[in-house]
Amino acid sequence: MSQNAITIESLEENLKVLARQRAIYSVLFIGAIIFIVVSGVGVANQYNAGSFTRGVENFFDYPADLFSDAFEAGWGWFGIVLSFIPALFETFSAAVFSTVVGASIALILCPLATINLSPNQVTVQIVRRTFDILRSFPELVFALILLYLMGKSIVPAIIAVTLHTIGAMGKLFSEAIENIDMKPVDGLKSVGARWYQIICFAVYPQVLPLVLSYSLLRLEINVRASTILGFVGAGGIGAYLTASLQWRYGDEVLAIMFLLVATITALDYFSSYVRHKLIGKISA
Amino acid sequence: MSIAVYDREVSFQEIYQSVEKKAHYQKLITLVSIGAILLYFVFSIIQFDLGSISRKWSPERASRLFLDTYAHKDHVVMNWKDTSKISVNFEGDYRYQYPSFPEWLERIGDGKDIAILTFNSGSKAIFRDDKIIFEQSKSEDRKFIFGIGNNGKPYAEAYDNDGNEKDLPNWIRVTESKVEVRPSLYERIQIYKRKVEVHRYEFGWKYFWFDFFSPLKDYSLPEALSLIFSNERIEPDKTNFELVFSEISDNEQWMHGTVLFSILETLLMAVLGTLLASLLGLPLAFLAAYNITPFKFVRFSLRRLFDMLRGIDMIIWCLIFVRSFGPGLFTGIFAIAFTDTGTLGKLMSEAIENADNKQQEGVKSTGASTILQHRFGIIPQIMPVFISQSLYYLESNTRGAVILGAMGAGGIGLQLLGAIRTGNDFENVGYMAVLIVLLVTVMDQMSAFLRRFLIGIEKN
Repeated sequence: MSQNAITIESLEENLKVLARQRAIYSVLFIGAIIFIVVSGVGVANQYNAGSFTRGVENFFDYPADLFSDAFEAGWGWFGIVLSFIPALFETFSAAVFSTVVGASIALILCPLATINLSPNQVTVQIVRRTFDILRSFPELVFALILLYLMGKSIVPAIIAVTLHTIGAMGKLFSEAIENIDMKPVDGLKSVGARWYQIICFAVYPQVLPLVLSYSLLRLEINVRASTILGFVGAGGIGAYLTASLQWRYGDEVLAIMFLLVATITALDYFSSYVRHKLIGKISA
Repeated sequence: MSIAVYDREVSFQEIYQSVEKKAHYQKLITLVSIGAILLYFVFSIIQFDLGSISRKWSPERASRLFLDTYAHKDHVVMNWKDTSKISVNFEGDYRYQYPSFPEWLERIGDGKDIAILTFNSGSKAIFRDDKIIFEQSKSEDRKFIFGIGNNGKPYAEAYDNDGNEKDLPNWIRVTESKVEVRPSLYERIQIYKRKVEVHRYEFGWKYFWFDFFSPLKDYSLPEALSLIFSNERIEPDKTNFELVFSEISDNEQWMHGTVLFSILETLLMAVLGTLLASLLGLPLAFLAAYNITPFKFVRFSLRRLFDMLRGIDMIIWCLIFVRSFGPGLFTGIFAIAFTDTGTLGKLMSEAIENADNKQQEGVKSTGASTILQHRFGIIPQIMPVFISQSLYYLESNTRGAVILGAMGAGGIGLQLLGAIRTGNDFENVGYMAVLIVLLVTVMDQMSAFLRRFLIGIEKN
């Protein structure tokens, strides 16, 4: 067969076959999704404590309760909001502390986990697997065990969040370090710099903007995480939320929710603003 | 003709000095920021009272809990009043009493010794009417005697090889009502006024496949599986196949059936939540993109809707849904779906707005309708972003679903919370933690594989 054998007819034939194949794949894919949704909802409905339809009907009841409670409190509601700010600050500073400690430890460890910089390959594997384990171990598990051992305080939450942060940041940082420009490293090597000098003067300056922006992103995640851990007994604003929920103080619940949403949104905007600035610096 | 670039000659010395000055300045900034971080650490350590860890933290208790996660123990209890009865219980549960003595506990009954217990290390505990003699197998070959003195209080004595009395080692603690002996992690003897209790630890999870009351409890897993293919029925009214699997899934201590079902629940929560979020998020993202939707009001309100869904955290959605749907899967599914509809909607509408409009114009030039323009001009451009983002969310939602579970949405998170709160089933906690890590790892790998398969980005 020569190249001349390609005619418009054969091309169209090919196109038809391809189109049919794609159509079959699409139908299969959509079928699979529908199957997952329908069977999943079926299973969920079977094992759910309440029913789906009643849930949909009652959906607005609880928010309505919360708002009516808050409305009854009147101007006093803002006082309630203010009264939770110390607890919010505790949770927030726990998150900041674990982010700073986690990021510092990850930053110190991650040159060991990169192939192009590490002194030997065994260390690379050991440090990487450590990061993997720390990352995939949900902080909740660790926090619950520590809470059981150390009693109720915010310290177990800090330790659990820090460990998870080390795992997550270590992976990101070591990937960032793998992609750095090796010319400064070679330059320093050529003048006889020691390993730690290479890391300090050729590697860290290159990844610092990225490290800062990841840390800000992580801070946001850690605020959520320490709130959740407070919910299971680690103090801070999460603990107040549990108490208010159990006592059904709608105004307090709404105040705490408002504070959380405001904090997270503010952090979100702040971190995206700073990140845009930092990334602009990188590309410039 | 030469042009004077500088008003005055700049010497090498001056350039060198200015560079050095700058370097010093930068060094100062680095040092100050490191100093600030250290200062912050000190401040936080005081603020959070981190020093209190050392007071609250008891390594002994922690190591005992950790031991519980990978080892099992048998309790041997003897009452001083009636020394003829010695009970041997698995994990100290009164229901799990061994019908006969296990091989490491030998009944003597020669009038002097009642029974001899051999630990894994070779050390021996000899039960007598009024005392326990503990012989260590270590090189020193020391002998210890514990019992109840004439004043009714427990006592402990240590002897060397020649029978001379020696000082008690620090792993023996004597109080008014109790003598606590812990020569190693795997051996523990407690002498009370009324009874003596010996704990003998062994490595591994016992009764992992078949529980204490199972007719198959003496079988190992391969033996039990080979039973499936034999004709003789162990229980007359069940086939061996049914028996083996029902015994495994109904295991009373490990609850394999329940645990696996909870894992599936958690998985279902993550998958359905993410799927719903992507199915809702994509069309909404189209409606919120300015190059698709001409109505400013629709775009604006959808943007604010995304912000609201995203800004209210997953846990708060979970708390709201738990009130309407009750504790269960729907709570988790909707909490995940709501949050991620917001995130995906925002991300995708930005991706649609950034899509190259040349392709759309090309499709338009062939006379295609608006819908076809979007279908063939925009969707192929945003599909890789959409798929990879959805898979990333699936990955992180698997983690999230475990946590949502502990907050009332059921699944493995709730089981784990229960196991930790009861506090004496730490082997179950270890088992579930391993399963959760496995689940998360498998989902990570699968989403990475799917991403490569569907988008075809090769990463070397």
